[in-house]
Amino acid sequence: MNGSGPAAGSSRAAALTLAWRFASFRSEGFPVLPVLILGVLVLVAVFANVLAPHDPEVGALGDRFRPPAWQEGGTRDHLLGTDHLGRDVLSRLVFGARVSLVVGFMAVIFAGILGTALGILSGYLGGWVDQVIMRVTDAWLALPALTFAIFLAAIVGPSAMNIVIILAAVYWTRYARVIRGEVLSLKERDFVRLAIVAGCSKRTIMRRHILPNVVNSGIVLATLMLGVVIVTEASLSFLGVGVPPPKPAWGLMLADGKKGLMAGYWWLTVLPGTCIMLLVLSANLLGDWLRVKFDPQLRQL
Amino acid sequence: MKRFIVKRLGFAVISLFLLSLTIFVFVRVTGDPAVLLVEPGASAADLEAIRQQFGLDRPLWVQYGSFLAHLARGDLGQSFYYKTDVFELYLSRLPSSLLLAAVAMTFSLVIGIPTGVVAAVRVNGWWDSAGKVFALLGLSLPSFWVGLLMILFFSVYLGWLPSSGSGTVWHVLMPAFALGWYFAAAHMRLTRSSMLEVLGSEYVKLARLKGLPEALVIAKHALKNALIPVLTLAGINLVLMINVAVVVETVFAWPGIGRLLYEGIAFRDFPVVQAIVLLGGAMIVAVNLVVDVLYAVIDPRIRYER
Repeated sequence: MNGSGPAAGSSRAAALTLAWRFASFRSEGFPVLPVLILGVLVLVAVFANVLAPHDPEVGALGDRFRPPAWQEGGTRDHLLGTDHLGRDVLSRLVFGARVSLVVGFMAVIFAGILGTALGILSGYLGGWVDQVIMRVTDAWLALPALTFAIFLAAIVGPSAMNIVIILAAVYWTRYARVIRGEVLSLKERDFVRLAIVAGCSKRTIMRRHILPNVVNSGIVLATLMLGVVIVTEASLSFLGVGVPPPKPAWGLMLADGKKGLMAGYWWLTVLPGTCIMLLVLSANLLGDWLRVKFDPQLRQL
Repeated sequence: MKRFIVKRLGFAVISLFLLSLTIFVFVRVTGDPAVLLVEPGASAADLEAIRQQFGLDRPLWVQYGSFLAHLARGDLGQSFYYKTDVFELYLSRLPSSLLLAAVAMTFSLVIGIPTGVVAAVRVNGWWDSAGKVFALLGLSLPSFWVGLLMILFFSVYLGWLPSSGSGTVWHVLMPAFALGWYFAAAHMRLTRSSMLEVLGSEYVKLARLKGLPEALVIAKHALKNALIPVLTLAGINLVLMINVAVVVETVFAWPGIGRLLYEGIAFRDFPVVQAIVLLGGAMIVAVNLVVDVLYAVIDPRIRYER
């Protein structure tokens, strides 16, 4: 469109698109880097007890606010420094991966099961069941997710298990909406009609004929929700209504890190945040790829 | 038209009713509401007195009725910590939240619209790729972490901006940017897709055939129409910003509604927490209603649906 060398412009663009695809990752190509990062994080979470050099919940007050090893004052004993209680940051990050992933995966799975079940019931049965479920979904969607989660956390009190339940209670509506839409079109298809003619009960049809056909969308949605759920968990922990201290959750580490922020103890803020960012970014990129790959109907989402 | 508005209004009322029911049921189902309504450390006798005072010994449907009646009168209870009416407390914090949201919205539009337009005009080019990275980062970085990093950089290392509080223009910049960051990415994505749609339309082709300069076509003919959905989203997001700022406001000690919510948690001031979630939901239901009705006014096709 612009006169000055469109050829040069497009070749530069092509090179950049290639670079983008390689480093990052999306389009048709399998998202190598995000999957690698997720894989490493999962391994770290699984083998946290082996990998962490120190106890993540116990520190020596004499070792408070030690910088990472490469900075002046740092020791090789605490590679990534220590926090305000002298606890080893690396160990806390390693165990924090476990907390984030366990809470994230469980919340996404619980929300998925609840939302999918209600979405199928709503879409297949229709009538008043549909009306009730959809009106509740609308009302819950109107509540700002974070505020709603804080409200629930304030009622039930903080614990890792409660956070999972709260996140599932807040986010099931996203699944219910999408799955219901899919079921509405599925139930007009021939194989469902034939099942009705063959005399299958509604329960059998929903379980054997509808459910297997919405599982794909459920998994794609779950991957996309993983990032959202992990940020929400970090926010709740940061505010003091999430995973209770002294457990090493990344959001909690950021809240603690704020105590040393004005003194310039950057590692307490930069490192946990970087971990959250890597996890969320990877989950989002993988989710995007899965969406394009497996679920044409969700592309417009 | 009238029927459409009445129907939408009906839906909104049902939503509000279900909202209040949700809140009510959660408080009752998950434990003893008396525990939430007394100040921490109260004795068993105090608990019993509270049950009597708030009528928690009555049947549930009577309790719900009186809960609704109080809501209808704008009575959201008393704050334990501030010893004042919760609704008044909310109103006193609202201006700060509005200011923060307004500046954050300005940031998000000033960043989001131009980058979206450039990405659409140079689709699949360098700027488009850069825009994709920006949108991805915007949607993946937790806003409070962006805030913390800004404090580290601009307050601690450079000493340019105050790290917390309010009062001057300088105080609002960092929290507003941290809050607007996520929304900038969302606005950029919508501007891009909306521009792409408009740029492919007949009247833009006609404008080009007439020989108008490309810049004029983009600015005058395309952008004006492409902005309609973006501004609608911005309107909804402005309300959302007031309600999701809790973490950013906590990071910067900004005295808005989010900070009030945080204090509500920290001081175990349950009526405050309940009021904020109720009012937040009500605000979003209201703004959705307004948007629906405005769209029906603009576009008759929506009115006659179903």
